[in-house]
Amino acid sequence: MKLKEMPDEELFTRGHTACSGCGAATAVRNMMKILGPDTVVVSPACCLLVFGATYPLVAWKVPFHHVAFENTAVCAAGVSRGLRMQGNDHTLVLGIAGDGGTADIGIQSLSGCAERNEDMLYVMYDNEAYMNTGIQRSGSTPFGAWTTTTPVGKVRSGKQNFKKDMPQIMMAHNVPYVATASIGHIQDFINKFEKAKKMKGFRYIQMFTPCPTGWRHDTAKSMEMCKLAVDTGMWTLYECENGKVTINRKPKMTPVQEYLKLQGRFRHMTEADIQKLQEWVNAKWAADEKFAQCKSQAP
Amino acid sequence: MATKKVVTGNYAAAYGAMRARVKTVAAYPITPQTFIVEHLSEFINNGELDCAYMEVESEHSAMSACVSASATGVRTFTATSSQGLALMHEILPIASGLRLPVVMAVVNRAIAAPINIWVEHNDIMPERDSGWIQVFCDNNQEVHDMVLQAFRIAEDKRVALPMAVNLDAFILSHTVEPVELSDPEEADKFVPKYVPPSPILDPKAPTVVGPFVPPEYMMEVRWNLDNAIRQVPKVVDEVNSAFAKQFGRNHGGMIDPYMVDDAEVVLVTIGTASSTAHEVVDELRAVGKKVGLVKLRFWRPYPTEQMRKIAGRVKAVGVFDRAVSYGVAGPSFIELRNAAYGLNVPTMDFIGGLGGRDVSSVDVRFMYERLLEAAKTGKAKKEITWMGTRGVEQ
Repeated sequence: MKLKEMPDEELFTRGHTACSGCGAATAVRNMMKILGPDTVVVSPACCLLVFGATYPLVAWKVPFHHVAFENTAVCAAGVSRGLRMQGNDHTLVLGIAGDGGTADIGIQSLSGCAERNEDMLYVMYDNEAYMNTGIQRSGSTPFGAWTTTTPVGKVRSGKQNFKKDMPQIMMAHNVPYVATASIGHIQDFINKFEKAKKMKGFRYIQMFTPCPTGWRHDTAKSMEMCKLAVDTGMWTLYECENGKVTINRKPKMTPVQEYLKLQGRFRHMTEADIQKLQEWVNAKWAADEKFAQCKSQAP
Repeated sequence: MATKKVVTGNYAAAYGAMRARVKTVAAYPITPQTFIVEHLSEFINNGELDCAYMEVESEHSAMSACVSASATGVRTFTATSSQGLALMHEILPIASGLRLPVVMAVVNRAIAAPINIWVEHNDIMPERDSGWIQVFCDNNQEVHDMVLQAFRIAEDKRVALPMAVNLDAFILSHTVEPVELSDPEEADKFVPKYVPPSPILDPKAPTVVGPFVPPEYMMEVRWNLDNAIRQVPKVVDEVNSAFAKQFGRNHGGMIDPYMVDDAEVVLVTIGTASSTAHEVVDELRAVGKKVGLVKLRFWRPYPTEQMRKIAGRVKAVGVFDRAVSYGVAGPSFIELRNAAYGLNVPTMDFIGGLGGRDVSSVDVRFMYERLLEAAKTGKAKKEITWMGTRGVEQ
């Protein structure tokens, strides 16, 4: 499907209450156009629940299910098993959660579902902190970033640890499909969701979704942020299809400083810390590239 | 025809779920429950049961998967004990809040610390306010029968709530007793094809199962659930009557009273201590003591009115508790004292059998002696007695 062929029908409709410039809302709206009406959505307690499914003003035109925070994957698996037991082998079951709900508290049930190869698509919308509770640090928050639990202080400022590499963790589960996506690269985004939709078994897509409220950037610059994240190498666009890894876009290796300077969350960072992050990015890209070369053939 | 076999309580529970033709089981091993889910996986792998079996990675996931599978409109079952139940805790009020009739067998085991695998009711008692219907069993036949009945009660449109069937660790779970195991035709007649009592996740008719609910609507949601669980006694009586009519076995309704009508004193028991107490009542009746027994079957909802009527007719009421609410009393006693409020009848709590400590007929005789003494004096010697506890005065 080409961008211009995207259906007009909105399955995640206007009227939701997301902040302006919300990457997650944009991603979900576009994702649903690709996944279509034969979808059941499972989501934890997160921004998406609040801005899309507050009773009685619900933005979803497909069935939507919320249970708790740490169990999105297994709840989606429960939905999938329940539907399949009734002879329904066509409905796509989508579990969608933020980075906290996925990489931190949700990783146990996620790993279990991946290991069992549950027939579902799991999407992590990565806004790099607990945004719904007010911008707290998660395992997916990048090094150096200010959050309300990694505040700028006299002794220490920003997150001291590096971002958890969730795509690698998911690829290690040997599931049919793992990909990263970004709303700043919409055709690549469409291709990946289309591909995932057609497959069976456990599929995982991690999408980059800027949060102007938490990242302290201009709401008009969310797309620019997406592009810079890929260009700097902060976000690798790649996919692993039945064990075969493809890099979808090589980073230009623009200095990370270009990406950092647009966001208030990095404003306090010292030269030394920026250098530390740059080295981490360089090493990460080198590792990703090498990994993709090693896995360039299906096993 | 039903077949009579000598089986454990765990087998009886698994068999009941199999005969109810559950469509999704999600479970995690924990002693002493494990055999239930092992038996279920055997039934499935042998082709006796057409069911999705999810070997999940925790009890939290087990309950989560059951909730979500149930939300698609299939009959679901799981089983757990103790720490596993504690791990499920977060999801229990979600099952009831979403009005999903998940059925679960709980093999009651002590909660840590100290860690202990034997019987105690301190695992399920803290789930008092989770919105689950809870029944306790006294023998393996009752376990089999109550699992079947649980689906009828939980799935009733007036109720639409999850239900826990409790059985005492080892005393029932691992002990063999002769049990009449229902055949498929009988079971199908009693537990018909599943009809979801609540809205489900259907792409042809989209709805939200589990929205974010603001203050403007929360009171009504809570009231509806409270009202639903208040319908349970009526439904339990109907289901029990239907079961007795079809199978010829009557386990009683919310309570099972024995020799209560002319009793001067009554002891309220829960779980397997009931059988022991039953024997003691026979012994004491044989020597002319007017003692009675109430086997408390349902603990949620609590049969407050029924218990009040009984408490109002006797001279003393005692409660045997296999659990404790620290600093207050046994949980079952707290309910009884509430039911007997203002009646001016002496009430006494006997806390015992914790962590699998034996509860013998000697213990039960002691309880009746104390009750008869209170009936004479009009006053309880001690409100709370810790049975056979070293260093503690009886």
